[in-house]
Amino acid sequence: MDKNEEKQREEEREQVVSPWEVSSSGKIDYDKLIDKFGCQRLDQSLVDRVQRLTGRPPHVFLRRGVFFAHRDLNDILDAYEKGEKFYLYTGRGPSSEALHLGHLVPFMFTNRYLQDAFKVPLVIQLTDDEKCMWKNLSVEESQRLARENAKDIIACGFDVTKTFIFSDFDYVGGAFYKNMVKVAKCVTYNKVVGIFGFTGEDHIGKVSFPPVQAVPSFPSSFPHLFSGKDHLRCLIPCAIDQDPYFRMTRDVAPRIGYHKPALIESSFFPALQGETGKMSASDPNSAIYVTDSAKAIKNKINKYAFSGGQESVELHRKLGANLEVDIPVKYLSFFLEDDAELEHIKKEYGAGGMLTGEVKQRLAKVLTELVERHQVARAAVTDEMVDAFMAVRPLPNMFD
Amino acid sequence: MAYSKDQLLARLKDLQIEFSQYEHPAVMTVEAQAKYVGNIGGGLSKNLFLKDKKHRFYIVSALADTKVDMKVLSQRLGLGKGGLRMAPEETMLEILKVPLGSVTPFALVNESARDVALLLDKGFKAQERCFFHPLSNDMSISLNTNDLDKFLKSIGRDPAYVDLEANPAVGKDQPPDLAAFVPSGSTVLPDLPDPASAVQSAGGSHVNANNNCKAATEKAIKPAKDVQNVKDKSAKAVNPSSSFTDAEKFVEEILDRISAKLLSEKLFMQTKEGNIAQQGQELGNEIANRLRKCCYPELKNLATIFKNTAYTQGFHAGKASSLTQCPRT
Repeated sequence: MDKNEEKQREEEREQVVSPWEVSSSGKIDYDKLIDKFGCQRLDQSLVDRVQRLTGRPPHVFLRRGVFFAHRDLNDILDAYEKGEKFYLYTGRGPSSEALHLGHLVPFMFTNRYLQDAFKVPLVIQLTDDEKCMWKNLSVEESQRLARENAKDIIACGFDVTKTFIFSDFDYVGGAFYKNMVKVAKCVTYNKVVGIFGFTGEDHIGKVSFPPVQAVPSFPSSFPHLFSGKDHLRCLIPCAIDQDPYFRMTRDVAPRIGYHKPALIESSFFPALQGETGKMSASDPNSAIYVTDSAKAIKNKINKYAFSGGQESVELHRKLGANLEVDIPVKYLSFFLEDDAELEHIKKEYGAGGMLTGEVKQRLAKVLTELVERHQVARAAVTDEMVDAFMAVRPLPNMFD
Repeated sequence: MAYSKDQLLARLKDLQIEFSQYEHPAVMTVEAQAKYVGNIGGGLSKNLFLKDKKHRFYIVSALADTKVDMKVLSQRLGLGKGGLRMAPEETMLEILKVPLGSVTPFALVNESARDVALLLDKGFKAQERCFFHPLSNDMSISLNTNDLDKFLKSIGRDPAYVDLEANPAVGKDQPPDLAAFVPSGSTVLPDLPDPASAVQSAGGSHVNANNNCKAATEKAIKPAKDVQNVKDKSAKAVNPSSSFTDAEKFVEEILDRISAKLLSEKLFMQTKEGNIAQQGQELGNEIANRLRKCCYPELKNLATIFKNTAYTQGFHAGKASSLTQCPRT
């Protein structure tokens, strides 16, 4: 008994993944995470099925296993095959103004792929209230950050005729609040402590927050969009640390007569300094920000990107690079669209034919292009545009 | 147009701000300044012009005795350790329009200093009067903080006094307490030419690449302006870059990008490598396909911005029109 307990505690200590903390003594073990959370692996057959259904090549993030886990994705696809549509729901906690590439990952996936391929609408929740409570920001500051973040999100290329962005402070009320109460009634205090780890010291704001993130999964929360469509399904693209919220939501849904939302989950974006490094808002060198200039990007990659290459050129030519820990290659696997080129780089670099410098140079080019495109788009986002995205309005063309 | 010392003094008088002025030889340090005005009652100020790694600027104005620790300040602003540096002299001239030795909160009267953050020492509040340079270090003016506030409000600034000596912990659960002071809005200004030059080197026409840069730069200024001047709603009616509101310019933008890609070395090299034997139609097809593949995401992004901009204008026009229709019975 003792030995098993000890082993379990040891395992739990090694890896912590929750909506508010992601840390590990070594690399994050995603298989263990899937087991622990109880979701499914997104295997190749599912990726192929998506390709068949949508008639387009699957997104880079699917091909490379960035989005690697799911819940009930098959059900959504079954329904879609029969002509039943669904809607997408994703969100952002606006805790800082500086957005880095890791933040953009779910939005890039949702926009450039899910929305386009399936032709479905999207709601984006900005949890300004959550950040106000957890990060102890003032209400005004969190609202301001929410609007600033909204601009970067819009710059990812979302279509205003198919996308509704809302901030909790603005939108909670009415039908949304009614659903919040319905959900809250189904979750005991003990349950929420068990899922999220709250203690007696945590304030009641935190304890009553989970329903806020749960109810956008239910179409009746958006009467201006989905009235009359109470059985519309919902698919949630998110990072896997958000799973606890939606485990709770899926538990509650059938009890209040709604479909369980489906999930498609991504792994974490590594910090520049490596898998064990933490990407943090207070260390500008741990990530590439969307406001970085081409010079800054090149500099950051050259100076801070953790290299799996060997210490000397001779050693490198002999042994090749350690692709497991090499950050430039990891980043390229996120952002280099060309499969063939990536394979080539991995092969050559792994064998020692290509040097770290070349890989870093290629990465700098890819990221600069991405960031530049984002900056141009971002510069075109006005406050009026944000108002339009956030206006409570019908979206008559949302399934076109 | 840079404000001169006399213009500033005239403006202060217009605002009925009470101040005393003292002329003296130019002083480069607080110690030197103290020789001339140190015996008159009031707190001398030291003024630092700082910049962070993202090219945002800050004026930190403190009592001469207040200890200012740059590392602590940098963390409190959320810039990490060592995120703050003294700003180079050129930027002082360019942005604050004052030379070395004359940094002062009054420099914020200049348009160019619009995005500079201001941190004022709460120690000033405890003083009857405080000394600052009125844009030139051959004079010092002393005034009460309430009058300083009056001036700052008149230029659209919200005066905020901070305990500069405090050293609160900054970590995951304690966000940087001064983060709100960091200038917001796209501050890509100084480095924007880099991405644009990447486009230029691709072989695109020089003139149009510059327009692209300029359009993006214009847009970069405006959001920053909006965030600073939260007052006038009508002042917020920003005109989006005309590439995204004017169909002709939009098409030109698209064609520019396509030609840039077409003329870019890489496209041709890739095509040449495998296809020396191919000619005419086949080569044309090959190029067309490659062009499609590499232009698609970029152009789609531009088209979406165009669509969003049009919708936004229509949306606001709709709102305004329903308001003006109200009086009908």
